[in-house]
Amino acid sequence: MQNNKKGTVDKIWDFFASIKLAIFVFTAIGITSIVGTIIEQNAEPEKNIRLLSKMFGSSYASDIYRLVDAIGLNNMYHSWWFIALLFLFVSNLLICSLERLPSIIKILKEPQKPIEQENFEGLPIRHKLTMKQDLQGAVQRLSSVMQKAGFKFYEHREGDLVQLYAEAGRYSRFGVYITHLSILLLFIGVVIGIFMGFNGYLNLLEGTSSSVAYLANGKEINLGFDIRCDDFEVSFYEGTDTPKAYRSVLVVLEQGKEILRKDIEVNTPLRYKGITFYQSSFGFAPSPQSLFHFRIASKSNKIQEIKIPFDETFIIPDTKVKVKISDFTPALGVDESGKLFTYADSMYNPAVLLEFHEGNRVINRQWVIKRYPHTWVFPEGTIEFVDLWGSQYTGLQVRKDPGVWIVYVACLIMSVGLYMSFFMSHRRLWILLRSTGKETEVMIGGWSNKYRASLAAKIQGMVDSITSK
Amino acid sequence: MDSSDFFGLSAIAYILSMILYISFLVFKKETIGIVATTFAALGLLAHTIAFALRWKEFYEIGKMGILRAVPLTNLYESLIFFVWCLIVGYLIVEWKYKNRSFGAFITPIAGMALAFADISGMSKDIHPLVPALQSNWLLAHVTMSFISYAAFAISFATAIMYLAMVSDNKKSLSYIFWTAILGIFTVVLIAMGIDFLTFKVAGLSHKAFLKSYLFKATFRSESTMISIISYIAAIAALLGFWSLGVGIKRFISPFSITAEQLDDLTYKCIAVGFPVFTLGGLIFGAVWADQAWGRYWSWDPKETWSLITWFVYAFYIHARLLRGWRGIKIAIVALVGFISTIFTYLGVNLLLSGLHSYGSM
Ligand code: HEM
Repeated sequence: MQNNKKGTVDKIWDFFASIKLAIFVFTAIGITSIVGTIIEQNAEPEKNIRLLSKMFGSSYASDIYRLVDAIGLNNMYHSWWFIALLFLFVSNLLICSLERLPSIIKILKEPQKPIEQENFEGLPIRHKLTMKQDLQGAVQRLSSVMQKAGFKFYEHREGDLVQLYAEAGRYSRFGVYITHLSILLLFIGVVIGIFMGFNGYLNLLEGTSSSVAYLANGKEINLGFDIRCDDFEVSFYEGTDTPKAYRSVLVVLEQGKEILRKDIEVNTPLRYKGITFYQSSFGFAPSPQSLFHFRIASKSNKIQEIKIPFDETFIIPDTKVKVKISDFTPALGVDESGKLFTYADSMYNPAVLLEFHEGNRVINRQWVIKRYPHTWVFPEGTIEFVDLWGSQYTGLQVRKDPGVWIVYVACLIMSVGLYMSFFMSHRRLWILLRSTGKETEVMIGGWSNKYRASLAAKIQGMVDSITSK
Repeated sequence: MDSSDFFGLSAIAYILSMILYISFLVFKKETIGIVATTFAALGLLAHTIAFALRWKEFYEIGKMGILRAVPLTNLYESLIFFVWCLIVGYLIVEWKYKNRSFGAFITPIAGMALAFADISGMSKDIHPLVPALQSNWLLAHVTMSFISYAAFAISFATAIMYLAMVSDNKKSLSYIFWTAILGIFTVVLIAMGIDFLTFKVAGLSHKAFLKSYLFKATFRSESTMISIISYIAAIAALLGFWSLGVGIKRFISPFSITAEQLDDLTYKCIAVGFPVFTLGGLIFGAVWADQAWGRYWSWDPKETWSLITWFVYAFYIHARLLRGWRGIKIAIVALVGFISTIFTYLGVNLLLSGLHSYGSM
């Protein structure tokens, strides 16, 4: 009974420790992932049905889609069976490594020993030569050659036989385990992130604040503090509509008190209390509270800043001219016939139409375009359109991921492990010397766990330097 | 002269060296080989100058940090950089192994990349960087990815050579597979060559072709006749490769290179490519995504295909080291790995996005 039970555990262990399973899991993850890139993930059903009818014909498409839906291929990477595959992969990795670790530790704990002469013939790299020096001279010569080649060596004497032996890169044997461990750690980090973090979004209108963010399904997440957007701005490469930078001025507030203020851009997020705010999108949402911000320089070079809402008027200093904002567009374009039109919903090229009044008479109407200074010039001075404040919202991605630093550490460890596995090797070298009177018989042998050719070349170099003189 | 002139020069030199390497394999005249290497090296020189110039031009346009101005921001520039890595890698292999026979298999990959860059209608202009690309991770991510792609490309070429030498049973699946792959590569290369000659050299361009010439002279021709003939010719070519593939061995074997050496070289290239790809392609990509979008992994098709490629090469390494797969089986895994690499790089952009964008029409 006892035996039988142990047998099953062993069997399960062996199953998880087998490389066959690894090969199967590699293949399974690979193939299912391919399917996941063909079927669009998290898309409306119509999209994938159309795709399927292109591949299999329209008569089967809806049936196939039902199947796709049932097994979760349209949200595959989060389906239970794909996650199960990933877990299978990790367990396989863990148990396989555990299985092999003790034996490799044992091998590595033992110091290198002098080689028995009968084992010498089994070494993959062997050289035999005679040196025209006595034993002492030969030992000295060879010691210096070994040192030059970068080996730290030991000497062993047994009767008339002298052995110099050395080893390098012993710890590179751990590279594989370090690599595997890092993958495990990576998974732990990912899982922590999934279960203890969240991934939400928040659209904040300039001048407003929020104490919550939203998940993709619309659920609110309490931030534990307030976040306010004081300004949002897009800058463009000169003369183009290619955005150069998106910038939001964010303020963190605790109980109404300003704690932190930071400009964020696409590659520089704001982090506070484990929550990170990324600049991810933006949009235009005019509201009655929006303020037009102008900087006016009169002829006498008096500079005045004003902020007024739509449809209101202001007076140019030192004159009697009254100016009214009579139209606005977030993206002013000109078509082929010279007509003006709005070409986008976002503030690509914001412009205001100003109407100049003297008494009751309209004396001038002109579009003032924020991005084109020559449109700011008037007989009465210049009117710079600085901003329309309070009408743009910044789209923030809000994330909390307490596992991310584990993922980073895992990646770092993985790099080290891969370096050790692929760019280092474990090498051993033995030199046996025996005196034959005036001359010395020398046998050089080497072994390495990989990259034998490069060790062979190194040893050949040593042999050449000995025989050349 | 500006960068595009130097790029042009280097492309011509590479194409010439490709033709010369293939002739060298066929005629085995040492002089041809030396000239081929010379052209490859000269091409590399012109290419390096072009790269530096484009960097400078970009720097002057973008007015940003010098590291941000690396000209590696779009498909065109990255393809060209891939060719650069490939030629550098190839010249190292040629020099280490003192053997020019690889050239005939590796330079065509460079030729294909160049032809594709030229006729697929991709933009060659210098564009200023959109905000997401303004990251120093871009440099690390892209350069390392392409170094690994080049290493994989070389492993692909050596695996094909290996199979040409040892897999000669016409009825075996492995033989059919490698001759088909070699055949498809050759057909695609020739079809792109024909595109180039008809639309670029002969100037037969037409409004409809303004965007992309790719296969417009053959498979995608406006004339159904030409298109059908092209398909028939392609199938004939594949059958030709199948029936004559056994003969390729005769071209390679005189070059004092053994099948074992080829197998070993394939492994070595993957052993360089895999860690570089892991670090540069996957890890740095994830770090960058994390910085820019707040997610280090989002299972988008490009990321997923990188992961698939990674798994294929992990499969290669484990099957070889632990299951003792050698020879034909493992060489085929190496071919699959590079096909997956190409798909990661181009297929996702061309096919999957095409699939999905049609879907939304
Ligand atoms: C994709 C994930 C994996 C990566 C990146 C990876 C990486 C590696 C690397 C770099 C090596 C060393 C190769 C060399 O020495 O040249 C290796 C060896 C090995 N891998 Fe993995 N591995 C992965 C998954 C697995 C899994 C799932 C198993 C589970 C069975 C496994 C079992 C082994 C074993 C047993 C060795 C040989 C260890 C030895 O030489 O003593 N690996 N792996």
